[in-house]
Amino acid sequence: MLLRFEEVRKSFRDGDSVVPVLQDVSFELEAGQTLALRGESGSGKSTLLHIAGALEAPDAGHVWVSGQDLTRLNDNRRARLRRTEIALVFQQFNLIPSLTVEANISFHAALSGHVDLLHIEQISAALGLLGQMKKYPEALSGGQQQRVAIARAIAAKPKLMLADEPTGNLDEATAQDVLEQMLKLVVQMGTALMVVTHSPNIAARMDRQLHLRSGQLA
Amino acid sequence: MIRSCLSALLSHWRRNPVQLFAYIAGLALATALWSGVQAINSEARASYQAAAATLGEGQNDLLFPKHGDHIPQETYVLLRRSGWLVSPIVSGRLNDVRLIGIDLVTSATGLASGGEALESTFIGSDRLLANEETALRLGSSLDITVDASIASGIAIGDIGFVQQLLGRDYLSHLVLLPDQPIGQPALDTIAPNLRLQSALTATNVTELTNSFHLNLTAFGLLSFAVGLFIVHSTIGLAFEQRRGMIRTLRSLGVPLHTLVILITIEMMMLATIGAGFGIVLGYLIAAFLLPDVAATLRGLYGAQISGTLELRASWWVSGLLLGLVGTAAALSSQIWRIAAMPILVSVKPRAWLVATTSRFRLHSIAAAVLLCATVPLALFCDGLLAGFVLLGCLLIGAALALPAITAYILTLLQKHTVAPVWAWFWADTRQQLPGLSLALMALLLAVSANIGVSTMVSSFRLTFVSFLDQRLAPELFVEVNSADQSVALETFLGSRKIEILPLLTTQVTMLEQTVALYGVRVGQTYRDHWVFLDETPAAWDLVETNNAVVVNEQLARRADLWVGDLVQITTDLALPIAAVVGDYGNPQAQIIMSENTFQGLHPEIHPLRFGIRTQAAAKLRLQIIELVGIDDSAIIDQAAIKALSLNVFERTFVVTSALNVLTLGVASFSILMSLLTLADLRVPQLAPVWALGLTRRHLGWLELLRSVILATIVFVCALPLGLALAWVLLTIINVEAFGWQLPIYLFPVNYLQLGGYALVAAFLAATWPAVRLISTSTSTLLGIFASER
Repeated sequence: MLLRFEEVRKSFRDGDSVVPVLQDVSFELEAGQTLALRGESGSGKSTLLHIAGALEAPDAGHVWVSGQDLTRLNDNRRARLRRTEIALVFQQFNLIPSLTVEANISFHAALSGHVDLLHIEQISAALGLLGQMKKYPEALSGGQQQRVAIARAIAAKPKLMLADEPTGNLDEATAQDVLEQMLKLVVQMGTALMVVTHSPNIAARMDRQLHLRSGQLA
Repeated sequence: MIRSCLSALLSHWRRNPVQLFAYIAGLALATALWSGVQAINSEARASYQAAAATLGEGQNDLLFPKHGDHIPQETYVLLRRSGWLVSPIVSGRLNDVRLIGIDLVTSATGLASGGEALESTFIGSDRLLANEETALRLGSSLDITVDASIASGIAIGDIGFVQQLLGRDYLSHLVLLPDQPIGQPALDTIAPNLRLQSALTATNVTELTNSFHLNLTAFGLLSFAVGLFIVHSTIGLAFEQRRGMIRTLRSLGVPLHTLVILITIEMMMLATIGAGFGIVLGYLIAAFLLPDVAATLRGLYGAQISGTLELRASWWVSGLLLGLVGTAAALSSQIWRIAAMPILVSVKPRAWLVATTSRFRLHSIAAAVLLCATVPLALFCDGLLAGFVLLGCLLIGAALALPAITAYILTLLQKHTVAPVWAWFWADTRQQLPGLSLALMALLLAVSANIGVSTMVSSFRLTFVSFLDQRLAPELFVEVNSADQSVALETFLGSRKIEILPLLTTQVTMLEQTVALYGVRVGQTYRDHWVFLDETPAAWDLVETNNAVVVNEQLARRADLWVGDLVQITTDLALPIAAVVGDYGNPQAQIIMSENTFQGLHPEIHPLRFGIRTQAAAKLRLQIIELVGIDDSAIIDQAAIKALSLNVFERTFVVTSALNVLTLGVASFSILMSLLTLADLRVPQLAPVWALGLTRRHLGWLELLRSVILATIVFVCALPLGLALAWVLLTIINVEAFGWQLPIYLFPVNYLQLGGYALVAAFLAATWPAVRLISTSTSTLLGIFASER
């Protein structure tokens, strides 16, 4: 089992009151499997993704990634897990503006010390980025920047890939194209993928779908 | 991981070279001004020490003539025969070099740094010993052995040879060797015309020059503070722009502590480069200013310092350390923020501005506390430390209060504006304050330091000129050798109805210190030219009728005797103080009494110095030489001395003006860098206004206007702050450090001129960002509205 949530709870403080975001969430994701996480705004999708990505800790329950219980890991161990096992694709791309496209794509892989130049070239070619490699992110369109973010995630050869509305800022045609490329590469590598999305079309392309309503799986 | 991470961090600077330049240049300027001033100070101090080591000054007691500057050789022989262990010294100037003739046979061991080397070099020979620079000044006609350990501006030789070079057959002073035999006859019996000057008194020159160095150091420190504002501002903005990168790095698995260590290494590495440039720049500044400083110190205090600069560890290490510590201080708050920043925090630049705005209140409270603290510090606390704490509270408090005051003024302006563009302009200016506040604080400190220091120096100059007028009022000054010459001169001038001002003088020990007693013939010259710090009405009338004395400030402060207090001059005579006179640059206590009172106390002393009032100085000078038989060298044209002294003071102004320009330049640079760094953040704020119909050119002009308006507000705040700074420096720090107070004079025209410079500096600083804004492409502005942004 690559990812496992067990009775996970999370809440946030809003002034004097406590707002529950996730309540007793449990599910599993196997290696090579793809999963769509759907739900209305504020239902807790992003929080769940952040917990799975070892960016946030749950208040209660357990989360296992590659057999490691995230709730028992300190900051350094969680950082190492993000570096070596997990890759994240954000809606806002989160590229490093001062690095070229090429450096951005290889950056995550370089952090874990495993840069596979041939692999990077293949990914870049598949995502149509070969002509943009020497440019800086600011010179790219939104769709191109999202491709760079996806390429960076795949180049790190993660076991688990988490994407938060990866095509939310893109037009329909571009979104479809980017998603196709991402799925193709993920399936080739046997990476588990969890995608947070509002789009029924994208969700339909995944192996499984989960619905969150008011912090609970429906 | 470390390599990739460091490479990503450094890539920010590659993509933002202006910011990198601001960071390195800010630190370089801060370090340069500090280390430049320290270089000058340490060079001067090293020169004093070398002089002391070369001459034994400050180590041995000395015997000087009570009157004039001649000790007959017979007096020296008499003292030696009576058992006094003294060594003769002859001293004079040749080609602007101080020639010292010593007698190695009788000299104290500590007299000369060369010791045996000196002996083997020139005992009984026609050879001098000097360092390379001095040897060049003396010319090639003399046989000179170069010795780097000899102080600059000094050449040492055998006493016989130096006497020959100077054309003298008398001695200048005698050095009293440390171990004297018991039972020798009293000095007054053997040589009543000599006075003893203890080794302690000789250090007074160093104390006096300390005043000059303290002022330079204060200036250097203020300039350093201004430079640090640039560094602080640049670091703040650089971190702001990298928040997104930092979040991404952390989300990609870089541990927080690794990130903190790498950022610290990166920033300190760059800081070392900046400080290194600063030290080089400081060296150049010091090398440029040192000749003027050397001339000032030589002219004002007779202190000899080298005109060349050495790379001494004491100043460059202190510059480097101060630069790094300053950076670390500026960096620590940003590092703390990163450490405390949640990994998923918003990275929008606006968040930083809002966060900074929330600090306004905290800064305002701190400013109020600090400014309130200045009142009890000024009124109730004594001591140099309290003075500096007061200075610190005043400057930091005012700097912290500036953003709140500016925001208040802008709010008022906005409230009274109807036109929508202007309403937006004031609101937008207020919104820029958090990002610009550090640069504005730097400008405030720079302008107020300029006002404060130039007020201090100008007050010093006015007082000094008035002091010169007072002391050099007689057109001629004559120093005679004997009582016969004295009588002959008085008779000659009396017969021609020429006003003569005899000066009787002797040294006495009273009030637990050596005091110079002066007997003067009170007349119109004294009444017209002497300016008192404090006086009773008709002070000179009381002195003239033998009913009071005038004392100098040094005596008043040390003995705590002021106008109206009685001075016990002898056991039988106590006179009240009619006035206290400022006696700048003189370390010795003085009492000035009437000629009659003095002669009643010391009937054996004849006046050997005379001031002469005349409209025909040159003609009278010739007559005195021909008809009275006084040597030409004994007559001094005081107008020439005054001109020379004023010239020396002008050189001090060159140093101060140069530092003024540099500080203002640094502050202007700070504004430029803040505006440039903010420029990118400004595009999203300006794009909607542009879309609503304001042209880019119009927006550019408004940016320039904004800068000038903010500089005006800063100047209005800097004026009272600068005057307060001058007041603290003159009435508290100077008195605590040196024992005398300077009156404050105001120079409104100079302040307005300085205000003009500040506005021009702000205008120039805003020009580049404004031009960049005017030339911003429409696609960049339109990009703000694109959804993918």
